[in-house]
Amino acid sequence: MTKPGRPQRERVVLAHRRGSRVVHTRVEVQEQTEVGDALVRGLVRAQLGLALRLAVVVAGGMVALPLINAVFPELSAATVFGVRLNWLTLGLLIYPALYGVGRLFIRLADQAERDFMGVVDDESPP
Amino acid sequence: MSSPATALTAGGLIAAAVATVAVGAYGVRLSRTTSDFLVASRTVGARWNAAAISGEYLSAASFLGVAGLIAKYGADALWYPVGFTAGYLGLLLFVSAPLRRSGAYTVPDFAEFRLGSTRVRTVAMLVVVTVCIFYLIPQYQGAGIALKALLGVPVWIGPLAVGGIVIANVVGGGMRSITFVQAFQYWLKLTAVAVPALVLLMHFTNEHPQLGGPLPPTVDQQTVVTVETDVVVTVADPTGVTVGGHALESPGQYTLPEGTTLTLASGAQTPVVTGAPASGEAWIQSGGGLGGNHPLYQVFSIMVATFLGAMGLPHVLVRFYTNPDGRAARRTALTVILLLSVFYLFPVLLGVFARLYVPQLLVTGKADAAVLLLPSAAIAGLPGDLIGALVAAGAIAAFLATSSGLLVSIAGALSTDVLRGRVSDFRLVALIAGLVPIPLTLVAPVLDLSRGVGLAFAVAASTLCPLLVLGIWWRGLTAAGAIAGLVVGAFTSGVAILVAVTGWVDDDVLGGWLTTLIGYPAAVTVPLAFATMILVSRLTRDDLPPDVARTFARMHVPERLGMGLERLPRG
Repeated sequence: MTKPGRPQRERVVLAHRRGSRVVHTRVEVQEQTEVGDALVRGLVRAQLGLALRLAVVVAGGMVALPLINAVFPELSAATVFGVRLNWLTLGLLIYPALYGVGRLFIRLADQAERDFMGVVDDESPP
Repeated sequence: MSSPATALTAGGLIAAAVATVAVGAYGVRLSRTTSDFLVASRTVGARWNAAAISGEYLSAASFLGVAGLIAKYGADALWYPVGFTAGYLGLLLFVSAPLRRSGAYTVPDFAEFRLGSTRVRTVAMLVVVTVCIFYLIPQYQGAGIALKALLGVPVWIGPLAVGGIVIANVVGGGMRSITFVQAFQYWLKLTAVAVPALVLLMHFTNEHPQLGGPLPPTVDQQTVVTVETDVVVTVADPTGVTVGGHALESPGQYTLPEGTTLTLASGAQTPVVTGAPASGEAWIQSGGGLGGNHPLYQVFSIMVATFLGAMGLPHVLVRFYTNPDGRAARRTALTVILLLSVFYLFPVLLGVFARLYVPQLLVTGKADAAVLLLPSAAIAGLPGDLIGALVAAGAIAAFLATSSGLLVSIAGALSTDVLRGRVSDFRLVALIAGLVPIPLTLVAPVLDLSRGVGLAFAVAASTLCPLLVLGIWWRGLTAAGAIAGLVVGAFTSGVAILVAVTGWVDDDVLGGWLTTLIGYPAAVTVPLAFATMILVSRLTRDDLPPDVARTFARMHVPERLGMGLERLPRG
């Protein structure tokens, strides 16, 4: 479309018009303009990265448990308060850990959404 | 079982059933529109919804099966409850909020929303119905086993009774009505499993018997066991063990044909079904697996199936559509993790106590009845009978809640995709879909309940899980890719299950790998389904749906931006 040579004339506006900017970014997301799409892609990437990181931590821990048991059987035979460590871990301790990861995810995912809305609604001071 | 105890148990069963119908009837008055029937008009808050999801999710497999497996196999069976809970973390991380924001009302509807193809919708619908039926069969079978163990009635009564009540409730009020029913049933089940566990825990800490010793568990009074299907048992010490009138002379393996009566004198060591750990030492250690070879692979495959399977259970997913928005959907998933964590402490305890107090169940290997028989066996007199009745009520609640949820899912998918999605269509499909599995239940072989449900999880994890995860996070998914992955996942896992339950393959082929692979297929079929979806999507990348950017924005952008859209069936 653009030919080499003289650049197209542009109109430069110096004032930052806050009101119209709010509507603009919102419309850009809603109308799927290039800017809007880039914003959505950023949000999706942030959320997916967060979910994957936490999933890798949890899955890694889970996979490690039977492997540790296979390599060091004497470790899971140790007893704490009269309960064997393998039963204590899988029967009790693993549950609060799962809940904790879930809570952390919700906090961070909500934060990512707030950041996104902050950009879209341009709540940051000019 | 004495007659007053039977009367109490029957009373408990009837009370639970009547309460279910009554709470359901309360909800029926609120159900008017199709949206009420399918997604409770999307007005269910996080707490109610979490209780309802937990109530629906804690099926016979959790209520009876987990304790049975722990009594039989010991430490490695702990992975089932852990996996059943961790599945919700996966659901929370990857599925809950975007799925709700998609505005779909069933899983097939999500497939069409995302990929813009009615063919994907049809394939997804067939997969949903398949998963639900795979899941419904163990529920109905569990009902048969439970009523037989409790009341001594024939096995076919259980499926018929549970089927009848569930059909009545679902036909009556759809989703709106069963939300109340299921939330109520969570608390009923928790009570029914916590009370006996805590009472027995006090009992246990007073006596403090040994669990991890070198010997098999012993019976403390003379016990008669009747063998109902042929079974091979390992006898460690034949003292006091009589089979059909002849005392056994030497330790070793014995095949007991159907109809054999086995008498254990007081203090005799219990013969244990071959394949399960016989001594307390082997039972208390991790790494023994769940019968068969290759225990480490079994544990990993159970992890894959249960962690990813919850993401593909249609009856659970459909409940996330009833939340008002995506944030509520996340909070619902987190609350479910909490509720399940509390619940699963108790079946584990009951499994341990079952090995101590009703070890005769290990002879036949049918340990699913352990939770039901434990209270009256361990606690003498009226208190034991009362707790037994409470447990029976909880068990019936477990069958009813899960079966209702599954039936709503089948009816929701079929009525909107095959018929015209009117309330009358929903009712018709619910009636048919509730009746069809009853005969299947009676011909299908009976597995351990948690095993059976675990296999249904494997199908879900190999089909709907990749569809949702890739659909939500990867723009490159195409309709052809989704269909190919669903077909490959459903076919491989389905065939594995059919072969596993019919037992066509000899245990010793390829060093036991073949039976282990088909018995625990998820670790192979899930990656296969993901790979197929990705590969075929790459090959057909010219057919990407045109408005994928808008679809992604709708799934991931918070509702405040006003891009949400609630989809509704045509009818």
